[in-house]
Amino acid sequence: MIQFNNVTKVYQSGDKEVKAVNRVNLSVEKGEICVLIGPSGCGKTTLLRMVNRMIEATEGLIEVNGENIQSLDSIQLRRSIGYVIQQTGLFPNMTIEQNVSVVPRLLGWDRVKIQHRYNELMDMMGLDPDEYRNRYPWELSGGQQQRIGVARALAADPPVMLMDEPFGALDPVIREHLQNEFLRIQKTVKKTILFVSHDIDEAIRLGDAIAIFNAGELMQYGTPNEILSNPRNEFVSQFVGSDRTLKRLNLLTVDDLLQRVAAVRQKKQKSYKEACGGSTVRRDSDLRNALSVLLSSPTGAAAVVDEEGNAFGNITIADFERLVEVHPAQLKSIVQ
Amino acid sequence: MELLEFFQQHWGEMLAKTLEHIQLVGLAVGLSILIGVPFGIYISQKERLANLVLAVAGVIMTIPSIALFGIMIPILSIINHGIGFLPAFCALVLYSQLPIIRNTYVAVKNVDANIRDAAKGMGMTTRERLIRVEIPMALPVIMAGVRMAVILTIGIAAIAAYIGAGGLGDYISRGISTSYTTMVQAGALSVSVLALGSDFLLGQIQRWISPRTADSK
Amino acid sequence: MPEKKWENVVRAGLFLVIISFIGWAYVAGSFRFIADNPDELIYLLGQHLKLVGLSSFLAVLVAVPLGIFITRPRFKKFDWIVINFANVGQTVPSLAVLALVMSYLGLGYKTAVFALWFYSLLPILRNTIAGIESVNPSVIDAGKGMGMKPSQILWKLELPNASYAILAGIRTSTVINIGTAALAFLIGGGGLGDFIFTGISLYDTGIMLAGAVPVTMLAITIDFLLGKLEKRIIPKGLHWESD
Repeated sequence: MIQFNNVTKVYQSGDKEVKAVNRVNLSVEKGEICVLIGPSGCGKTTLLRMVNRMIEATEGLIEVNGENIQSLDSIQLRRSIGYVIQQTGLFPNMTIEQNVSVVPRLLGWDRVKIQHRYNELMDMMGLDPDEYRNRYPWELSGGQQQRIGVARALAADPPVMLMDEPFGALDPVIREHLQNEFLRIQKTVKKTILFVSHDIDEAIRLGDAIAIFNAGELMQYGTPNEILSNPRNEFVSQFVGSDRTLKRLNLLTVDDLLQRVAAVRQKKQKSYKEACGGSTVRRDSDLRNALSVLLSSPTGAAAVVDEEGNAFGNITIADFERLVEVHPAQLKSIVQ
Repeated sequence: MELLEFFQQHWGEMLAKTLEHIQLVGLAVGLSILIGVPFGIYISQKERLANLVLAVAGVIMTIPSIALFGIMIPILSIINHGIGFLPAFCALVLYSQLPIIRNTYVAVKNVDANIRDAAKGMGMTTRERLIRVEIPMALPVIMAGVRMAVILTIGIAAIAAYIGAGGLGDYISRGISTSYTTMVQAGALSVSVLALGSDFLLGQIQRWISPRTADSK
Repeated sequence: MPEKKWENVVRAGLFLVIISFIGWAYVAGSFRFIADNPDELIYLLGQHLKLVGLSSFLAVLVAVPLGIFITRPRFKKFDWIVINFANVGQTVPSLAVLALVMSYLGLGYKTAVFALWFYSLLPILRNTIAGIESVNPSVIDAGKGMGMKPSQILWKLELPNASYAILAGIRTSTVINIGTAALAFLIGGGGLGDFIFTGISLYDTGIMLAGAVPVTMLAITIDFLLGKLEKRIIPKGLHWESD
């Protein structure tokens, strides 16, 4: 859906040439979230802003939906791409409804359709359309403002969205809440999203794919699991952190673990709960949580329960051996 | 050329007029500082009063200066000073109140509460805090107000020549009434140079007393 | 509450000063001149309004577009020249500007309009530039990124968000202009300054107040009205800034 071919951006700084982005090749599949991440000044935002031609590439080819963006009118291109920035960029002189309706109005939709779309988007964001209709951005909290920012970008239903650290300025609790909301919405809208972040945890949580940059160069591109389990070089492993194994546990569920140990474990027990001393984990909880439960369980084991709370299996600390390349004895030190 | 000759011929008198001008402005702004700064500090603790005072000072500012002179003359005639130094002086003091009071008020109010708190927490007494923290931080803004007041009063003092207060405005008024263009130009230029020079000088002082932080340019 | 008391004292004191002044002026017979010469007052008031109206209108007409022009990306490099020019120009006393213009253009109505126009230009120009440049860059970035054309960014984002500063500049400039126009009599522009300066030279309080009081009331009224207009024109979302 989005394709970067040998994309380079050179800035002239005095006599020196600075390569903000250096021969990047990247391809983002339709309906995926690709997180661009790296230290500040690594070129991730530059790369993002080249897609809607806020910055023009010096060399290389960028294609959106199979079309070379240079062949399109930059104004029309931008109207067809959702754009969300960290400082929200909400227009202070416009009401919430006017803010959300900006692009549909630019595109000349009729009033009834715009109003309908506004209500739909606000419902999607979990905000009451009528309560906010005539209010102004400054009356809203940071979290609410950013939701409006996302709604505004989704307004004309663009297939592609560019998001530049949209949750970066929010406090951690609100940020996590918005990230979850965002994933919920993405499940229904299935946009192709380029997402700039500086927070590796956010990248792991949100990304279908992660592209790690350093000094304008693409260091590694892959799924979160690939990057955590197999960092390609020293920079990437430094960047994802020494707790990368633990981070990987966020990506997997108890179900994933059960599938891997099923082959090893033959006998079925009658009462899992009693055997495990009462500790239970849900089958859909992530393995980081599960590990935490196991470590505090007196037996070192926990019963796995389904959505109705019926136990149908169990896991132990030793099972983690099947999953990750670490010895169970090391797990305790990782959790600390 | 004529202008240069004029300056050559009248430089002694011009110097005297300039000093007269500076004296009028200096006395007026000096008194304004004595009134305005303590008053500005006082109202910085009293929001409602501050709004009222600033509103009144704002209304005074909208009164055209020549009209204020006109109003002052009959009032001060009661004590036989309707024309001359006193009405000009009173008007200038009134006009320079707003910039000085407002800037003092803003400056004191905006001293960061955290900094004040930190100074307190380090064990500074109220006096030490005032001298070492609050005044140094507020001073540049107060100084900016003084600068505004000086520029404003230099211009108004020029008009005050029409009510006999002297100063460089005399050349303008005499020049216009005698259709002596060169004299008009000499007066207008010298008073402009005085204003621009004062602005520059006070700007330098303002910069010099500003704490040397990155954002205080 | 002592504050409340203070406030009342100040307010009452102010009213007392104004009322006693008017009362005293009345007793002293200062208003007889106005009562005896209503036609002349109306004529001079009209002349004054025409001077102010024309010069301020032309000043807005030139300063706002010039401010917009100089803040376009292509010319932004040069905006410091204009800003410095406006700052220096405003430091020059109004009487000096009038006198200088007169010394080159001679006495007359056109000279007065030109001088007033020039002096009114600067606050509007300065505020227009400052207003547009203070619009949050992220707002412009978002507008551009959403596909607004440069003209749409100007009309829908920059001007509405700078309206507070621009209107404040127009208001300040107009109120100053009313006062400066009282000096326009000196360079042949007429207006209410006629009464004031005639009164001063004749040492006649009645004639003097016949000019001073209307011109003061005019300045305060126009200031008040433009303040009301500001509240009406500025987008509601920005009102919190002006409080």
